Amino acid sequence: MRSLKGVLHLAKSTVQHGNKTLNVREIIQQKKNSRSVNNYTEKLIPKILFGIAAISVFTTIGIVLTLITETIAFFKDVPFIDFFTGTQLKPLGENAVFGVLPLLTGTIISTSIAMLVAIPVGLMTAIFLSEYASERTRKALKPLLEILAGIPTIVYGFFAFTFVTPLLRSFIPGLEPTNILSPGIVMGIMIIPMVASLSEDAMSSVPNAMREGALALGATKLEVTWKVVVPAAISGIIASFVLGISRAIGETMIVTIASGSSKNFTFDVTQSMQTMTAYIVEVTGGEAAAGTTLYYSLYAVAMTLFVFTLIMNLLAQYISRRFREEY
Amino acid sequence: MKYVDSEQVHKKMGIRLLANNMAKTIFFLATLFGLVVLIVLIYRVLADGLGWINIDFLMNRLSTDPERAGIWGAIVGTLWLMLVIAPVTMILGVGTAIYLEEYAAKGRISSFIKTNISNLAGVPSVVFGILGLTVFARALDLGSVVLAGGLTMALLVLPVVVVASQEAIRAVPQFLREASYGMGATKWQTIKNVVLPAALPGILTGVILALSRAIGETAPLVVIGIPALLIPVPDGIFDKFTILPVQIYYWTIDSALVAEYANLAAATIVILLIVLFAMNSIAILVRNKFQKRY
Repeated sequence: MRSLKGVLHLAKSTVQHGNKTLNVREIIQQKKNSRSVNNYTEKLIPKILFGIAAISVFTTIGIVLTLITETIAFFKDVPFIDFFTGTQLKPLGENAVFGVLPLLTGTIISTSIAMLVAIPVGLMTAIFLSEYASERTRKALKPLLEILAGIPTIVYGFFAFTFVTPLLRSFIPGLEPTNILSPGIVMGIMIIPMVASLSEDAMSSVPNAMREGALALGATKLEVTWKVVVPAAISGIIASFVLGISRAIGETMIVTIASGSSKNFTFDVTQSMQTMTAYIVEVTGGEAAAGTTLYYSLYAVAMTLFVFTLIMNLLAQYISRRFREEY
Repeated sequence: MKYVDSEQVHKKMGIRLLANNMAKTIFFLATLFGLVVLIVLIYRVLADGLGWINIDFLMNRLSTDPERAGIWGAIVGTLWLMLVIAPVTMILGVGTAIYLEEYAAKGRISSFIKTNISNLAGVPSVVFGILGLTVFARALDLGSVVLAGGLTMALLVLPVVVVASQEAIRAVPQFLREASYGMGATKWQTIKNVVLPAALPGILTGVILALSRAIGETAPLVVIGIPALLIPVPDGIFDKFTILPVQIYYWTIDSALVAEYANLAAATIVILLIVLFAMNSIAILVRNKFQKRY
């Protein structure tokens, strides 16, 4: 209603304008003047708005530029090859060594654990919600999953550190107080709602005619789901997995809290490992002096992280566009 | 000629139905798994933290002594931070959305901006922290104050506001615009007086959701450099500050040293979850109460 009032208000003001003066020439002149003011705003506003819209582009450029310039400074101190093939990371002390492999393995292992949890559970949740659940059950369950998705990551970090790790330690005696297994699992739980809701969207958009066709041929619901719906929705499902991976790579607080800061090059999930994100938090928290190699290493690691997640996001967009089946 | 061997079909039918029923149970259990974790998580936080929440905990300043420590500074810091984020992200987000929906020709520039925004939404929050540290805290020499943190957070949640505003503007029916043009209004007058008021509920919902995302974020602010024990309460946007999630972070990692810190962290989580729940409820309320269907 308010929007209609706006229109009426506009109309009224024009009428009053006409009543005020009888001189036609003056009215025309006034109109012309106000129109030139209007014309001016009309031309200016799109430019201002374009400037505002460009800020998001400048943000991206800002991120890329800061990362690139400081990363170049880093590679003047540490050779490119040494950084990417070095299995030792000792950023402090006199003989500092900067090899990124411990952080890369930490990131890859925590992401793999997370996806081992998130992919099966998320996909099964999506199948249940989209294919098996009644409308009522679905309406009751979806908001609860959204709550799970809305809980801040710091809360998951607390949960991993104070509940999941002690719980796992009662099963796995060798587990260290800070380890990569517990944050990996909790990260997976955090990603379940994302995988589930994106996959469910993809499966819901498969037309019912295809399900009915398969059911009419005598297929059970499981066969319909597995042989018709999932293959038809596969692009959306895989895109949801890739976005989940990207989210896991960029996740910071859970691993920072629950996995400690050991920089050993290891594949043992019961031990403490550091991810790229956790390294960034540790180094900035220690207030590294600007201009030192330690400070520049921050940007080199952040650049690696940025490239990883960017590739994943672009891949997800490519998959969902390239392999989408239109019905 | 027999196409279907009915005997074979009958023999296999039992196993196929059994598989279907078992799968249904497994899928249901998988769905329950997430919910069980949610319940355990909330139960744990309440069990650890609820006993520690009282008026002193809310109104006291920080302290190393768990009995005297309070979160007043973090509450005020969170409010100051929201005061910076809300206007900045609203102006930037709504402006971008108006440009994309009303002005931009459907061409390369607008699709470039859209791609850019969706990629920005996928950049890890810790990388935004680095941007904030380098540009706002160091290059502009603001230091780790409310303004630097707020600007960083505003950029981080910008995609949320842009997408919500775009959807709200797109939902305003064309006939309202045409009625306005028919009365002689210009394009900007139409947008200002007709489109924006009609889209306001959707935009506000987006802004509230963006704010609730921002005050749950920890990593960018830790990267910008919020001290672990900040006793003064911030008085303005140029003061150093701390917020609830950052306080939770420091108390959690220090709980290995002082066990009671875990309770303080849990109590702060309870407060944070209450605030987030309230904000999301308001967002849903605004959407349901004021959103009109045309």
